[in-house]
Amino acid sequence: MATLWFCFLAVMVTMYVVLDGFDLGVGALHLWLAKTPEERQQATAAIGPVWNGNEVWLIAGGGVLFLSFPAAYAGAFSGLYFGLIIVLWLLVGRGLALELRHQINHPLWEAACDAVFCLSSATLALVFGVALGNVVRGVPLGPDGYFSLPLFHILNWYALLIGVFGLVVLAAHGANFLRWRATDAFAERAGRAARRLGILAAVLFVALIWPTYHVRDEMLTNLTDHPWRLIFPALAVGSLAAMFIMQSRQRWLPAFVASSLFIVGLLTTMAAGLYPNLLPARDNHPFGLTVHNAATGHHALVTALVWWPLGMVLAAVYFVFAYRMFFRTEQAPKLGTQEPREMAP
Amino acid sequence: MSSHVTVDRLQFTLTVTFHYLFPILTMGLALMMAWLKSVSYLGREDHRFPLLRKTEEERAHYEAAAVFWAKIFAVNFAVGVVTGIPLEFQFGTNWAKFSNYAGGVIGQTLAMEGVFAFFAESIFLGIFLAGRKRVSPRVHWISALFIFVGSWLSGFFIIATNAWMQHPVAYSGNGKAVQLDSFWGLLTNPWVGWQYAHNMSGAAITGAFVLAAMGAYFLLMGKHTEFAKISVRVGVVAALIFCVIQIFPTGDRAAHNTAHMQPSKFAAMEGMFKTEKGAPLVILGNPNTEQHKLDSSLAMPHFLSFLTSRHWNEELKGLDRIPTDQWPDSIPLVYYAYHIMVGLGTILVAIAGLGVLLLWRGKLYENKPMLWALMLAFPFTYIANIAGWVTAEAGRQPWVIWGLLRTKNAASPAESVPAGTGIFTLLGFAGLYLFVGILFLMLIVRIVSSGPEDAELPTTSSAAAAGTA
Repeated sequence: MATLWFCFLAVMVTMYVVLDGFDLGVGALHLWLAKTPEERQQATAAIGPVWNGNEVWLIAGGGVLFLSFPAAYAGAFSGLYFGLIIVLWLLVGRGLALELRHQINHPLWEAACDAVFCLSSATLALVFGVALGNVVRGVPLGPDGYFSLPLFHILNWYALLIGVFGLVVLAAHGANFLRWRATDAFAERAGRAARRLGILAAVLFVALIWPTYHVRDEMLTNLTDHPWRLIFPALAVGSLAAMFIMQSRQRWLPAFVASSLFIVGLLTTMAAGLYPNLLPARDNHPFGLTVHNAATGHHALVTALVWWPLGMVLAAVYFVFAYRMFFRTEQAPKLGTQEPREMAP
Repeated sequence: MSSHVTVDRLQFTLTVTFHYLFPILTMGLALMMAWLKSVSYLGREDHRFPLLRKTEEERAHYEAAAVFWAKIFAVNFAVGVVTGIPLEFQFGTNWAKFSNYAGGVIGQTLAMEGVFAFFAESIFLGIFLAGRKRVSPRVHWISALFIFVGSWLSGFFIIATNAWMQHPVAYSGNGKAVQLDSFWGLLTNPWVGWQYAHNMSGAAITGAFVLAAMGAYFLLMGKHTEFAKISVRVGVVAALIFCVIQIFPTGDRAAHNTAHMQPSKFAAMEGMFKTEKGAPLVILGNPNTEQHKLDSSLAMPHFLSFLTSRHWNEELKGLDRIPTDQWPDSIPLVYYAYHIMVGLGTILVAIAGLGVLLLWRGKLYENKPMLWALMLAFPFTYIANIAGWVTAEAGRQPWVIWGLLRTKNAASPAESVPAGTGIFTLLGFAGLYLFVGILFLMLIVRIVSSGPEDAELPTTSSAAAAGTA
């Protein structure tokens, strides 16, 4: 039962990174890719109606973590205190910049909102990567299930590497999205960025294998000991290759979908490498939180199993409906084939 | 109480109070907008339901009003969302021991809020705001209904969570953590029903008074009179309905629950230091925590016993029968917050009643003193809502979960979140929210000063065109 909820949690996190990932990527890149006020307008308008719904995956994901593994929720959030609070401030800034940009029609106001949007998106992408990097590396958990990491220890070399990787992957994801949604010269620039960032992501992907093995060899041995789990890294590699192929064939929606699947592959690989650990302890201390010792009571998990799928089906219906409505127009090469396949939990 | 717990409490007080200013209006206005949209969409000249019997021109005005209110709603909702996210995560960052202890139970309702309420709310608001030209009138109307249902569901899950902290039920556990025993028991906690009705009615009062205030402002200015009349009319009628619901039955029943399930909070609210038969209802007075009595009080004898139990001479438990280590840590705060809520509620019901009376006599739109009163009354609804929550939460002390977990044992360990770190982030939140608050007011002033004329009328009929004139 706890394992099932581990999978659900992975689904929530993956959905969040895939969906809000392109918002963050667009935010991180749009100052460079969009040269004119009209293009910037186009960039923010493309994600304007959906970013808030995308962000709900983070909130619902936090809810699922709280629901199923309260000990991990409590330990991780208090231990990574500064990192988390910075994320919260950045989310406030990102949300306000996006929602309030069109409220005042003034070039300086729009420029200020664009700058806040860019900075907060790029930093969020980096910090989310840093957080995942710390989880993989392990944290100094004590016997009471708590730990403390000062800000400069949160920003250790491995976590920063993962953070940079996260930023590059999400920027590539956002560029793929813009190539699909934007028009004319803007789209051309986005396409070039998508290609270059994709190559950079591929290089970093390979380069990170050794450091990951160095900080936590189980991340790799877990995969080789259970060969079926190798489908996750295979999915990542395959999707990355598919992304390049679709980009060279100028099929932008499939390229964006492939970029989404690449992220799915990365995060599921991480989940498969971690399992059964949820929040491992540094240096193989015995106090790590696993799906077993961090899980809540059986009755709570069984109860949630009744309503959770129902909520997911409803969310999927809303998202398919909204995405079809907002992304049906203009450049979409094929109608009605976009998001649904990512929605299945 | 250790200093890091104090800092955690201050930070949560700041973030939750500032945040809640926005959902009050979101939930209240969502109801009002759903009504305006329903009249606009369903109204017909021969509708068998009299309230929906509207001409095409009237419907166009309702639509324009809904469009204008949607602008205010959008800004208010955005600020509510961005200030709400920190709350969910602060359970983990600042109240880790509480989360660890109670996650097995309240994780259910908090996760359900995200899954059932937020998805619907955010997606349909996106459709409602961005899709006005892209969707049919029917889908647009349904979106308004979904926003209403989503925001009120969100309120339910939060009240259900809070109700469990006020009156824990359906759990079992050791000293380390509690586990859920019955999901149905959690949702049907005897605390939930009246508390939810009382809270939502409070939000509806704010929505109604904000509607009336905006309408009164434009009537006094002599601008946008058709829009203004709809806002004032819908506002004062809804205000009176919900003010009455607020007092009876919801306020009465919520107080009754408190008296029975949380006698120490009830005694602090009413300033009852002594156990008494035929306890008086205190109208005015200052709690003296040194001598454990009320100074300079004005009271109605026997009334409190009657209101609580319907018997004039019922004995009510005062603070003297409760061990001092279970007293709320600030009795004056609980007492004053409660009396401010009740006092303002009384003023508001009077204003709403007078407004409806004048509306019925057909004199409301010309009565300047009344319009001034309506225009200036809406901030008191916010104060009353917040004061009610201060009563509920400060009165729950020293417990974070009534009878189970004390607040001083609920915060994150001092090693993880020392007081200095907490002060740093508290100041950060204070500065950020000050900026957000100023920005919010500035944007609302801009929307109001450009007025409802900017609303794009959805139909091309001549009646609709005339409506903007």
